[in-house]
Amino acid sequence: MGFTSMLGRFFGRDEESSLSKTMAKERLRLVLVHDRLDMSETMMEELRTDLIATIGKYMEIDQEALEVSLSRDDDGVALVANIPVKNVKRQVG
Amino acid sequence: MGKVIVVTSGKGGVGKTTTTANVGTALAMLGKKIVMVDTDIGLRNLDVVLGLENRIVYDLVDAVRGNCRLKQALIKDKRLENLYLLPAAQTKDKTSVTTDQMMELCSKLKEEFDFVVIDCPAGIEHGFKNAIAGAEEAVVVTTPEVSAVRDADRIIGLLEAAGITEPRLIINRIRTNMVKTGDMMGVDDILDILAVDLLGIVPDDDAIVISTNKGEPTVFDDNSRPGLAFRNIARRLNGDEVPLMNLEEKRSFFSRMKAMFKSE
Repeated sequence: MGFTSMLGRFFGRDEESSLSKTMAKERLRLVLVHDRLDMSETMMEELRTDLIATIGKYMEIDQEALEVSLSRDDDGVALVANIPVKNVKRQVG
Repeated sequence: MGKVIVVTSGKGGVGKTTTTANVGTALAMLGKKIVMVDTDIGLRNLDVVLGLENRIVYDLVDAVRGNCRLKQALIKDKRLENLYLLPAAQTKDKTSVTTDQMMELCSKLKEEFDFVVIDCPAGIEHGFKNAIAGAEEAVVVTTPEVSAVRDADRIIGLLEAAGITEPRLIINRIRTNMVKTGDMMGVDDILDILAVDLLGIVPDDDAIVISTNKGEPTVFDDNSRPGLAFRNIARRLNGDEVPLMNLEEKRSFFSRMKAMFKSE
């Protein structure tokens, strides 16, 4: 523990986010999102099917060209879906 | 009919062998008939942790290949007569045992013993698959470090895929002071991430190094804090409800004095 962080702790200026265990947790969370999905292609496939079913209620989409993937940057992990729309359904009633 | 429990972790050096030795011994202290199986072929260590290294004649590979009878390969513990070790082979190839052979071995052992405790090698390859092949339950050992928790998560996934659906977690080497200052993940932090049932917590303690030096499991030592932790874990595996030990608890003045004189 460095002197400044010790001082910070003494004066109660320590923030949860600056604790090294918080960093450990955050980093683990991100890395596990990827690890877990790498392990389960079937889950990704189920998500794809469900997405098609849900969005299909509102618009006609190009199922062949639909892409679902995880992308990662410094802030976190995002689910990125590229869904080409062929036609929007008319509102009924 | 006994129960087959595999002790595993993915990452090496988190305390699988120490856990196997102590939990196996503590279960035997409860009066159960126990066999511990070292499946780390080529890197056997359970024998030295238990102080039984000089008694090995036959090993796991001899037993599954029929070079000897299974009973001949079982080494009786020095201290407890209901505790046995089936040592790994040290000089043979890792691939010298198949998963079918392991399953057959486990089903034979559980006819004889109340608990078959399997010490799994590090990694997720052949040795891991062999170690879990005959197991009904799994204990996953981790430490409060990013690498160990990550590997534990992977192992939990692989265990579930193999049909061992409710692995239980042991968090080993907890340093209370570091958890307090926020420099080590605590029990709740780790359970948050892994989402499995907790089987026990074990404090980081010099007693482990000393007991391993001597080849005497720390569960024999009434003053050892990890010893108490492992005895609690054994009781839980045996079906008893035992509250988690208090890691804050300071040793009494008397036991500290005793420890001081012992080290002179």
